[in-house]
Amino acid sequence: MTDHFTPANLDLAHEIIGRYPVKRSAMIPLLHLAQEQDGWVTEDAMRQIAELVEVTPAEVLGTCSFYEMFKRQPVGRFLINICGTLSCQLMGAEDLIHHAEQTLGITSGDTTPDGLFTLAVAECQAACTEAPCLQVNYRHRYKVTPADFDDLVEELRRQAGEGEGPDPQSPETAGVPRHGVLSVARQHIPAERAAGPSSPTTNQGPPVWMPPPDAEEPK
Amino acid sequence: MSDATRVYRSPPREGSPVSDPTEAPPDDGVKITIDGREFTAHKGELLIAAAERAGTYIPHFCYHSRMSPVGMCRMCLVEVDSGRGPGLQPSCMVPVSDGMVVDTESETTKRAQEGILELLLINHPLDCPVCDKGGECPLQDQAVAFGPGESRFVEEKRHYEKPIPISDLVNLDRERCILCDRCTRFAREVAGDPLISFTERGNRTQVLTFPDDPFSSYFSGNTVQICPVGALTAAPYRFRARPWDLDQVESTCTTCSVGCRIAVQSSGDQIVRRLGVDIDPVNHGWLCDRGRFDYESAYSPERITDPLMRGRAGDSELIEATWPAAMAATAETLREAIDAHGASSVAVLGGARLTNEDAYTWSKLARTVIGTDNIDSQLADGLAAEMVLTLPRATIDEACSADTVIMFGVDPKEELPVLHLRLRHAVVEDKVPMIEFSPVETSLSRHCRSVRHLPGALTESVSELLASEGERIGSGSVVVVVGRGSLAGSGEDIEAAVAAIRQAIPHATFLPALRRGNVMGALQMGLSPGILPGGLAFSEADRLGEDWAGSQPVVSDEPGLDAAGILAAAAAGRVAVLILLGADPLADVPDRDLAERALAGAGTVVAVDTHLTVSARRAHVVLPASGPGEKAGTTTNLEGRISRLGPKVTPPGTARPDWMIAVELADRLGVDMGFADSRRIWDEISTVVPMFSDCPVERIESPEAQDGILCRPAGDGDLRWDPPAAVAAPPVDAYALRLVSSRKLYDQATMTANSPSLAGLAEESRVRLNPRELDRLGVTDGGRLAFVSPRTRIIATVSGDEKVPRGVMAMTFNAAGPAASELIELGTVVTEVRVETL
Amino acid sequence: MTLRGTTVPHAAGFVAGDRPRIVTAHFDDPEAHRLSRYEELGGYQGLRKALDSTPAEVHSVIRDATVLGRGGAGFPAGVKWGFCPEGVWPRYLVVNGDESEPGTYKDRLLMELDPHQLIEGALIACYAVGLTQCFLYVRGEMALAQERIATALNEAYAAGYVGRNIMGTDFSVDVVLHWGAGAYVVGEETALIESLEGKRGMPRLKPPYFPAAIGLYGQPTIVNNVETLSNMPWIMNHGAEAYRAIGTESSPGTRMVAVSGHVKRPGVYEIVNGSTTFRDLIYGEDMCGGIREDRELKAFVPGGGSAPWFLPEQLDIPFEGRQASAAGSMLGSGAVIVMDETTDIPRAALSLTHFYAHESCGKCTPCREGGTWLERIMTRIVDGYGTERDLQLLTEVGQSICPGAFPHAADSSRGLEAVPFPYRMNTICFVGPSAYAPVNSALTLFPEEFEARVRRDEGVPVAAPGRESRV
Repeated sequence: MTDHFTPANLDLAHEIIGRYPVKRSAMIPLLHLAQEQDGWVTEDAMRQIAELVEVTPAEVLGTCSFYEMFKRQPVGRFLINICGTLSCQLMGAEDLIHHAEQTLGITSGDTTPDGLFTLAVAECQAACTEAPCLQVNYRHRYKVTPADFDDLVEELRRQAGEGEGPDPQSPETAGVPRHGVLSVARQHIPAERAAGPSSPTTNQGPPVWMPPPDAEEPK
Repeated sequence: MSDATRVYRSPPREGSPVSDPTEAPPDDGVKITIDGREFTAHKGELLIAAAERAGTYIPHFCYHSRMSPVGMCRMCLVEVDSGRGPGLQPSCMVPVSDGMVVDTESETTKRAQEGILELLLINHPLDCPVCDKGGECPLQDQAVAFGPGESRFVEEKRHYEKPIPISDLVNLDRERCILCDRCTRFAREVAGDPLISFTERGNRTQVLTFPDDPFSSYFSGNTVQICPVGALTAAPYRFRARPWDLDQVESTCTTCSVGCRIAVQSSGDQIVRRLGVDIDPVNHGWLCDRGRFDYESAYSPERITDPLMRGRAGDSELIEATWPAAMAATAETLREAIDAHGASSVAVLGGARLTNEDAYTWSKLARTVIGTDNIDSQLADGLAAEMVLTLPRATIDEACSADTVIMFGVDPKEELPVLHLRLRHAVVEDKVPMIEFSPVETSLSRHCRSVRHLPGALTESVSELLASEGERIGSGSVVVVVGRGSLAGSGEDIEAAVAAIRQAIPHATFLPALRRGNVMGALQMGLSPGILPGGLAFSEADRLGEDWAGSQPVVSDEPGLDAAGILAAAAAGRVAVLILLGADPLADVPDRDLAERALAGAGTVVAVDTHLTVSARRAHVVLPASGPGEKAGTTTNLEGRISRLGPKVTPPGTARPDWMIAVELADRLGVDMGFADSRRIWDEISTVVPMFSDCPVERIESPEAQDGILCRPAGDGDLRWDPPAAVAAPPVDAYALRLVSSRKLYDQATMTANSPSLAGLAEESRVRLNPRELDRLGVTDGGRLAFVSPRTRIIATVSGDEKVPRGVMAMTFNAAGPAASELIELGTVVTEVRVETL
Repeated sequence: MTLRGTTVPHAAGFVAGDRPRIVTAHFDDPEAHRLSRYEELGGYQGLRKALDSTPAEVHSVIRDATVLGRGGAGFPAGVKWGFCPEGVWPRYLVVNGDESEPGTYKDRLLMELDPHQLIEGALIACYAVGLTQCFLYVRGEMALAQERIATALNEAYAAGYVGRNIMGTDFSVDVVLHWGAGAYVVGEETALIESLEGKRGMPRLKPPYFPAAIGLYGQPTIVNNVETLSNMPWIMNHGAEAYRAIGTESSPGTRMVAVSGHVKRPGVYEIVNGSTTFRDLIYGEDMCGGIREDRELKAFVPGGGSAPWFLPEQLDIPFEGRQASAAGSMLGSGAVIVMDETTDIPRAALSLTHFYAHESCGKCTPCREGGTWLERIMTRIVDGYGTERDLQLLTEVGQSICPGAFPHAADSSRGLEAVPFPYRMNTICFVGPSAYAPVNSALTLFPEEFEARVRRDEGVPVAAPGRESRV
């Protein structure tokens, strides 16, 4: 048995698995959990996830490597994704990207030597009216000018200097959690309130609130 | 078209009969028009399969008739009009419908085909001159037949490190891969070993394994065969030959008793490759890696090419001799033994690796020329021959469609791998209910209802099931897959369980899961004491045709000795001549000590074998035999299906077929058997032995025999099986562990150990214990402990294994290192072992 | 021109105006995402109304309202709900919150600002169709939306609105928040289901894998977009007739549209469906207020990055599906991207083609190979290494992805007639065709911009050395 998740995270992993009718569905949430624990997805994490959801590590790798957000190499504490798709491109994203590369001294795709920033050009971030926009660890900044970018970098450096960063109430103005931490609020389904996962194999028949089959259904 | 599994037929779709082009169109057929011709297809049939049967080939890559269709490559797009106007549709995903009009040659279709091929070729490297697949490559063929003839791509192609080994047997070249998903689909759906997967996304998608987790599936070689390009290649075949240089014959694999249909290919009189051939009743085109690659053993340095003899002084070396000298010496020894001690001082062990013709000839030699009935083709590691021959037999197809399958005494994945594929499909895809009884977790345990029992307590478990559910189970068809079980116990427990089932469910049929290639044929040709060819008892000797008995066959009140008896007699000095027919008692008898004493105590040991095994090294005379691919004849699989062997290459040195050796010995003993070739032998078999009377040579040589000819005993003879009395499970000894010892696919078996590509895959001997036992003993994974049985004490490395319950120790039989057979005493019901820390 | 309408500070981009507010009614209130405020604003009354009726009655109301799907396909939700085969259980609801289409920005606002409205809508759907578990699939890159929904769900569970015996009835369903992980293709409903099953997000073939018949874990599954479900509470509260009183007969109600690019006020607007025209959107004083710096409109993308482009002469087409199709494009996900006269057309097209090539899942040949090939050729052209032959090649590669005539807008100045939507496709899903659509629109409507870029001679084109498209 691989031993990669911390005990607390292992408990969380079991809780997450328990919400799904089929264990394998928990794979993506568990990969996020691994990335939250380590900052990136390690091979050991994938092995343990494979054991937890009862698939082979190759299948975990197959799923993990499909998705952009899972980094299989370490990244900087702050992942800055600048959107380069059309709406942002029309509003000067290319200039912003170029400026960002200059400010940070790296080309997009790379990490600064101090391990603080990874810069990447990303796809549409669903903030098209606020172009050009970027995300820092998946939290938006809108209508970013080159000056705004420099301010952002300063703010993040300062935050890094202060330690882990506060738990944000409103992430736009407060601190940004380090890469790997996505949402700081988690869903918990209390046992006494749960309806329970709906298993496809224990053929359950219609749920109790649905009328029996011979009742009329208006077409 | 050179799709490497060319000879395939569409598998039956739901409810529809097996498709056979010569069959009359079915009544519930669906009428479609293909390229202007009317054709009646089966209801629910895929368009691409119907078209193929109608004689129209639709090019494709991802489609494979034995796997689920995925519609990914888009090569099979053809213009289809189902009533709403023509449009391109993927014919591998579209079932036929009444009135469908299909045009596979329209401009639109052709344009689509050219487009897809052009797109597939843009990233495909120009590797043909160095690619193993060249000459039998569907991509090459379809590019020539359906492609645009020119590529307009001027950008840089994708590049990857190439090739990379993804296992010891398979190399992967990702640049050549066209991402058809055949290999990953096979690994997932058919083999149940999803160790390879698509990774990354889009244009950067690649097939890969997990780092440090090789594609170590027993079936990996199939992905090489079905890969439509040279992305997956077999390491043993790399750069060996070009397909147009190869000579080919269809044959049957004899590595295990499933009897998969194969094509044997040679170049320069050497076997260079084996491919799976698709036949419906048995293997569906698949092979296991052991059967696929163990032809390499033919060229091992341990291969015996000329007779060997030892001086009469016991410890002189084996040196090369001539055939006349070796045969003369053997015949003389036999004559002396018969004269001085009687014919029953001669014993024959082995024969389960021979052809039917070989087996019959040796059976005839032993009984009618020498006059002994001390013959056993099993090495005390099988099941009672009377049971195997008299049980109502099932076929693999019947097992895969039964209302209930009961299985015990075998883990098919390790011993009969392609049977495992068939059963796995039945259980996982077709939802056939299976109940398995086993002392440890097996490869199918997760997919079926698996009942754990202590070694020795099988009958109890089975009886419990029959008591509570026997009636329900018995209301439908039942097939029982039964093997010998753990070699650390006598087969009595298994046989008692079989008897219990026979009593509770009289209509149950059985599939004997015995391992060796032609054990069924050997038993059917009478290589077992008290049994004449065709499964006849001595009392029915007169049912054999007159060609059988040159002199009187041995008819005594008691049959001769079985393997256990022969070994005991030899150890006691009562066997003057012990003939080993392709048998290796030191490796295979589940009582190493007894085997040693038997070989030491026998007067003269004559080994007839292909390789210098550890037992052959103790022989006084060694006679070289032809191996698989070097001789003609027939073999019989576990269903009783007789199929042809195709000889392809010359045996090395002066090795000759086993039957020929028997004929010459007979000749020197004064009897002319009259066999000049294997065909003549079968001729006699079909005229002399009632069981084979409707299998004349012509039928064996006909096209019908490609699927094999099922030949099962009529069951109306005198041969009786007396089941053992119910075996009482020995009381549990709380201080001991019960030994379970079964075989793994890769072990020290002769052909495996002598095939360089496979030898390295065999694991060293380990004792596997439940992790909590390890904790209790205070030992970690990889530590060492001493194990003491009534026979001896050995020291072995231990591993933790969740599949092994507490109270049990599992040790692979015939692995390299400390031997499980040292701990076992033949005849005991269970082997109890005490553990000592060091 | 003075622009009317108010931007809502905490709802970046949203512009409120004098228009009916069905789904954005609570956007003005920054606390509306909290349960207590939501209840004060009348939340969960729609669910109460539903629970007081029979499931069939609720289904009937939604069907009568004719709510068209807001994910891009525009299929009526009430009709989709009726596709589940009888007697097959269990059934699931999957909420598609994987908004990733270029130009689209609305579902994120709904999830961040009004998560309870979405939850309520999902519950109404589950009740009506007998769906026993709901999975709320939120795009992985939307961290704030995940937080808001997680918090909302925890609140709703505690208050008895979700889970066992909802609001004291025998209606029980769990709503599970599920995070995506960054893949546009997963927005396609069958790919979404694959992703939910823990696999690579590769679409399934339809037929036979229509989700309502064979969906999640092989069971009947309803996949609905976030905005679609967000309409349900209002409809239950006000009735189908009130919904149909807004908009047109074929396209009732409202819909959210994001307008981005070269307009004076890019923003997210909740517009009257069916009657609002593109001119109203782009030039309306209460909406975008015209092109920035009063420049000329060159072209606009009417329905998200996959949609063929429109020219100024298509401005008067209303937000109505059939008319948009007849004019050669589609409404898609409600995203309009406006390009003015300064736009470098080939570069703009490349930006979109790059997106779809990058997001290709890799399952089928035309998209995986063809999409990337298009991107490579376009990159060479944009960088100045293209030839005339390449222009022809673009069209032919497009033919391998989409055979036959490809939809495009009319251009009277050239005597070009519209080719109506939809296209035929050799691919499994629309991602491959979407890589070609911008190329086709650009080439068809602005050929001179390409011709100016490529070299005249017909010699063998020079491939730019080692040039890969940007990441």
